[in-house]
Amino acid sequence: MKKFIIIACLLIAVSGMAQQVERGTVLIKNGTVLTITQGVKENTDVLIKDGKISQIGKNLAAPAGAKVIDATGYHVMPGIIDAHSHLALDAVNEATTPVSAMVWEGDDLDPLDVGMYRAVAGGVTISHAMHGSANAIGGQCQTIKHRYGTVDPKVLMMEGAPRTIKFALGENPTRVHGNNGAGIVPNTRMGVEFVIRQAFSEGKEYMESWNKYNASKNQKGFRGAPPRYDLRMETIAAILRGEIIIHCHSYRADEIYMLLKVCKDFGIKRLVFQHVNEGFKVAPELAAQGAMASVFADWWAYKFEVYYSTAYNAAILTRNGVVTSINSDDAELTRHLYHEAAKTQKYGGLTDEEALSLITINPAKQLGIENRVGSLEPGKDGDVVIFKGHPLSVYAIPMYTVIDGVVKFDREKDADDQRLYVDPKQTIDITDAVFEETLSHDHDECMKNAEFLLNVKFADKNR
Amino acid sequence: MKKIMYILLFICAGVAAFAQSPKGKYGTFVLTNATIETVTKGTIANGTVIISNGKITYVGAATTAPQGAEVIDCKGKWIYPGFIDGGTNLGLSEVGSDQRTRDLNEIGEVIPQMQALTAVNPNSVLIPVTRVNGVTTVLTAPVGGMFPGTAALINLHGYTPDQMYVNFKGVVVNFPSTGRRGGFDRRTDDEIKTASEKAMKKLNEVFDRAIQYHKLDSATKSKGVEYYPEMEAMLGVVRGERAILLEVNAAKDILEALKWIKERKLKNVVLTGCREGWRVAADLAKAGFPVITGPVLALPSRDYDRYDKAYANPGLMKKAGVKVALRTSETENVRNLLFNAGFAAAYGMGREEALKAVTIVPAEIFGVSDKLGSIEVGKMANIVVSDGDPFETKTNIVHVFIDGWQIPMVSRHTQLYDEFLKREPGVNKSQK
Repeated sequence: MKKFIIIACLLIAVSGMAQQVERGTVLIKNGTVLTITQGVKENTDVLIKDGKISQIGKNLAAPAGAKVIDATGYHVMPGIIDAHSHLALDAVNEATTPVSAMVWEGDDLDPLDVGMYRAVAGGVTISHAMHGSANAIGGQCQTIKHRYGTVDPKVLMMEGAPRTIKFALGENPTRVHGNNGAGIVPNTRMGVEFVIRQAFSEGKEYMESWNKYNASKNQKGFRGAPPRYDLRMETIAAILRGEIIIHCHSYRADEIYMLLKVCKDFGIKRLVFQHVNEGFKVAPELAAQGAMASVFADWWAYKFEVYYSTAYNAAILTRNGVVTSINSDDAELTRHLYHEAAKTQKYGGLTDEEALSLITINPAKQLGIENRVGSLEPGKDGDVVIFKGHPLSVYAIPMYTVIDGVVKFDREKDADDQRLYVDPKQTIDITDAVFEETLSHDHDECMKNAEFLLNVKFADKNR
Repeated sequence: MKKIMYILLFICAGVAAFAQSPKGKYGTFVLTNATIETVTKGTIANGTVIISNGKITYVGAATTAPQGAEVIDCKGKWIYPGFIDGGTNLGLSEVGSDQRTRDLNEIGEVIPQMQALTAVNPNSVLIPVTRVNGVTTVLTAPVGGMFPGTAALINLHGYTPDQMYVNFKGVVVNFPSTGRRGGFDRRTDDEIKTASEKAMKKLNEVFDRAIQYHKLDSATKSKGVEYYPEMEAMLGVVRGERAILLEVNAAKDILEALKWIKERKLKNVVLTGCREGWRVAADLAKAGFPVITGPVLALPSRDYDRYDKAYANPGLMKKAGVKVALRTSETENVRNLLFNAGFAAAYGMGREEALKAVTIVPAEIFGVSDKLGSIEVGKMANIVVSDGDPFETKTNIVHVFIDGWQIPMVSRHTQLYDEFLKREPGVNKSQK
């Protein structure tokens, strides 16, 4: 019996440990350090202690037990942040209702998604695991750290990151729910505005009825019952209180402008537009309201909504004072966001610092985690990527990726065959990708799990 | 007062001219003081290229210009042959998700008679967006079943498909796939085997029939055969005059395809795709057929493959001795060809070979190396001038010539930039 108790205690201890985030100590020596917020520092060391950046300077001494990386001739920059991703998700769309604020991507994280490892190999340390764009008000999203190697979904969640939610405007919600889909509102952009205003109004009433109840329930002689609990409305109320950042799938200028007005009417300030291909057309309005934009570097013309767009979008938005990031929305594209950021130098002449901000400090601001990550400063998380070559060069190669002071990717040690146990005689003919998709235009996964609602063939689904 | 009127008129005229789309310009152009990467004959510092009557008429160190020529000072600039994308759908599709604008996938399994060139829209908005980034020539191909049609090589300038066409067509053949296609493929092993055997039988039937048709056609000097468009389109293939563009990707399928080519004694074959070419690179090299591969910016084909296999694939095949050209497989973003080449260069192919893979190698594969692919006297004047290494992301292309025409450096993307960088009115309509 005693033995049994000891084993049980050990098991509990082990399972408790498994949920712990691994934090390491590493000294990165003699690199060209691109801090993003505090300039470029040549021949400089970065010391990460127990997962946090403790010092940036010259000739730093390695603490006992620290891993040392010689970064001579290499560029050292903060881990790249992807503000729009569907990596490590088991499901993307709860496409059964135009307002699905009650669902949360944190409930279906898949820590075994190899896409996460490939993103790490491209220097991406954090991604915004988003709900899809099937609904006007979609599900809540989860900011994750790419702590690949864990089997515990909870370990992926970035502790302390603010809550976020996906909204969607235009073609996707209207074709999922309108006449070509479920046959309910919204069928048009008018309907999308109505669905959002209605949800906000109901959420406001819900919040007020709870406020009223909470204020009076302890008063002497109070006899009322509490209002009915509604998770969907709880979420809307949290948006109205400013506790959840809206990340809204959008393309056309008019729909972007619509949501700006709706949010203004309801006093909502934390608003980020996603894709926002025509954001450049309403850049002054976005800037005036402090709304932010997360865009593709050059994707366009894959659907009608993005036919009148331009690769100069990020540069126009930046020059007009909009906090802008470059995202991927795609398991392949996320692996070279540094290259996507560099395209803003070709299309609009952004400086190195402006271009690199698009994939570091700016997405951090959009996710509300800029005090933790997005630049190399003492006190921030030890998330670092080390490049051979300048990260904005087409010839740049990520060599190491460090998350919380733990080396998660080392190109020199990366195995050619990633199987744990390789039987050389075994022949495997399963290829991962459907090759025909090479020639289709379905780059991303924004409409995943919603195909069944659409009267189109698989090959015609798109973002 | 009169003076003011003139000024107003002048301004109006200027505005009107601006509102029109600029036209291409034909003539004699002298590009001076440039670094010329000829691709086939080394690099010339401070060199001159002369373009006249659509052709390159001079490459060298000369400093004098022919009379009436337009001299363009290219100090600090680099000159390259127009870049060639070995596989796209450009011109065949305008808005990817809208079937009404897609003309790349006709109905039918065996329809080699379907001509991509017919459906190329010379006025596609996508074309200027592509060419101002230095891609002057693309193979545009239909997609679909086993024989989806005939692809064509086109220059990205011209007002009719014939003005764009550059003397190469190839019959696209999608080689049957023998393996399981990822997790979504729920077929049993037997079902997969049966399906691939059936497809191979079909492929062989088409070729057998085409050989019969060719014999009848030859024996009767084209008079004894009935209207049979599929077979007519296969005649060139059977006679070895027209290339087969054989799309095949998985390693096992590539080996099957090589065996099949040998059995059929086919000579004029270009392998396309070859996403797992690196796995069987030695076999590919031994067989000796050229490969057009890409996109380079792609995921590995299997979960357990190293993350950078797609980046490294062109270099690994090249090192094994395969002749490799690159493609984007794109429509609206064919402009990213040079970045695909840059990644291939960085991940093992090297810059020199990557440069060839988007210039002279595709020209040779398409049998048009007398016209395209390098800066040499007598070739078609497809020329690109850049302000740096054209593979580098931030480099700008400053001049493009296609078939001797100076291309206006505007596209929808630049026009929207010009209009919206400083939008007027801004937030407030009444005050600027």
